[in-house]
Amino acid sequence: MSRPIPRPSPTEQPFYEACARGELKLQYCKPCTRFLFYPRTHCDRCHSPQLDWEQVSGKGTIASYTVVRRAVSEAFTAPYIIALIDLAEGPRMMSQVINAEPDALAVGHTVSVDFAAWSDEIKLPVFRLQGVPSEADPSHHPDSEGKT
Amino acid sequence: MAKTGLHDDCALIGMAESDVGIVPDKTPRELCVQVTLDAVRDAGLTLEDVDGLITCNAFAEPIMYHAEAVAEYLGWQPKHCVTVNTGGGTTFMAIKMAAAAIAAGMAHTIVIAMADSLRSHMTREQAMVVQSSSGHPHYEQPYGPTVPAYYALLARAHMDRFGTTEEHFAYAAVSCRAWASQHPKAQKRDPISVEDVMGSRPIADPLKVLDCSLVSDGGAAVVITRGDRVSGSKQKPIYLLGYGEGHAYEHISQASDLTTSAAVMSGQAAYADSGLTPNDMDLLQLYDCFTPALLIQIEDLGFCAKGEGGDWLASGISQPGGHKPLNTHGGMLSYCHPGNPGAMFGLTEAMLQLRGQAGARQLSGINTALCHAQGGIMSSHATLILGNEDPS
Repeated sequence: MSRPIPRPSPTEQPFYEACARGELKLQYCKPCTRFLFYPRTHCDRCHSPQLDWEQVSGKGTIASYTVVRRAVSEAFTAPYIIALIDLAEGPRMMSQVINAEPDALAVGHTVSVDFAAWSDEIKLPVFRLQGVPSEADPSHHPDSEGKT
Repeated sequence: MAKTGLHDDCALIGMAESDVGIVPDKTPRELCVQVTLDAVRDAGLTLEDVDGLITCNAFAEPIMYHAEAVAEYLGWQPKHCVTVNTGGGTTFMAIKMAAAAIAAGMAHTIVIAMADSLRSHMTREQAMVVQSSSGHPHYEQPYGPTVPAYYALLARAHMDRFGTTEEHFAYAAVSCRAWASQHPKAQKRDPISVEDVMGSRPIADPLKVLDCSLVSDGGAAVVITRGDRVSGSKQKPIYLLGYGEGHAYEHISQASDLTTSAAVMSGQAAYADSGLTPNDMDLLQLYDCFTPALLIQIEDLGFCAKGEGGDWLASGISQPGGHKPLNTHGGMLSYCHPGNPGAMFGLTEAMLQLRGQAGARQLSGINTALCHAQGGIMSSHATLILGNEDPS
């Protein structure tokens, strides 16, 4: 059994082509002035089909994470870290945090993107730990907007 | 909020469970057939009296047209035949569809039957992979998340936001096991402590194996009928007092809020529909696929303030002797969790309690029960409020 490999649709192709070059590109909706992820044919807010691919910083913060101790299949070797990353440009994505000690992880820690080969053709974004956020920066918290 | 109107004129009049836990000698289809017949018999009816069938598919024995195949197996030609699949929420969404079909005149009496055999008819790896396939195929699954990992992401976010601890989650497992120890059929009956949960094998931090529901075989069925057919029924009828749903997203990476779920929407709709409040609920039958899911539902359904679910569980209020009994069969953590049918056992237990047939664990003075289930990763929610007194 091998790891699941995305088979990009034409809509998704620009995302994976950018990953293969070591760039993180997301769709940007001009009417909404916001980025979105995952790739779509229409903006998931205004439903405009006019979406532009733009390179983003690859910086983000950890919204949540888990250390998987029992792998999903023989294709994966536990332990590995699954995280939800809030990208600096807004969207959230699931990924792996690589080369990190579990004890060094915390919600709100900053990460930056890297790319790892999943097959000969497909590279996927993964993230590396950067450091701890400033105490003075309340924006690090994923749910700090009063959403209860 | 407008009344759904679905429940004004029907009641649950029959129920059945198969053997649960480890049941290798029956296939999922055979279990589904068995509980269909047993539930109809429990209602004092024969299949000739029933004109509708709703089922859900089985991971261990997928059938393209499932309900039709079950009917065929029984040599039965129901007027109304539907397969429903909304993951863990399937049970109560199927009840809604049955009530709606009855209200629309498409059928008068419907069996809702579900069974699966994740334990005996799949390898552990198959069960893991098939369940984790709920993840997005391009933007989640390639990273190797397991189902426990998805719920661990919610648990970690709740801990970070509200100061919830791993011990708080452990109390949910302890509570369900305390009830299961009183149920002769439960798959796991040995009482456990918070220390047992904390010391159990790590699965996906912060979740340990005792924070995770069972992998089981089993099936259950219920019979719902139109109001004019309720009188004279063999068993005490159980009425649908309120129903609500909430759908927030499908994939966890698309959730805008990791700590509050659409159970809020679902619960508020069911309370408005019934005219009842959380304080009116005598029994809670919630969806305990993982301990943090249970804790979040307790908060989101209004049984305590947001962020206080851990203290609520640690108080013992949900355990035998407490005044908010929760999952009195032991839940999916300790009674049985065969996959999509998992919440059926929450429903059948609520019916037994409301009928006064729950044996040694029978609650006294019980008139209402709230049943809740969710599918996806706390994505789609359904809340059903039941009562044992005719609301009309």
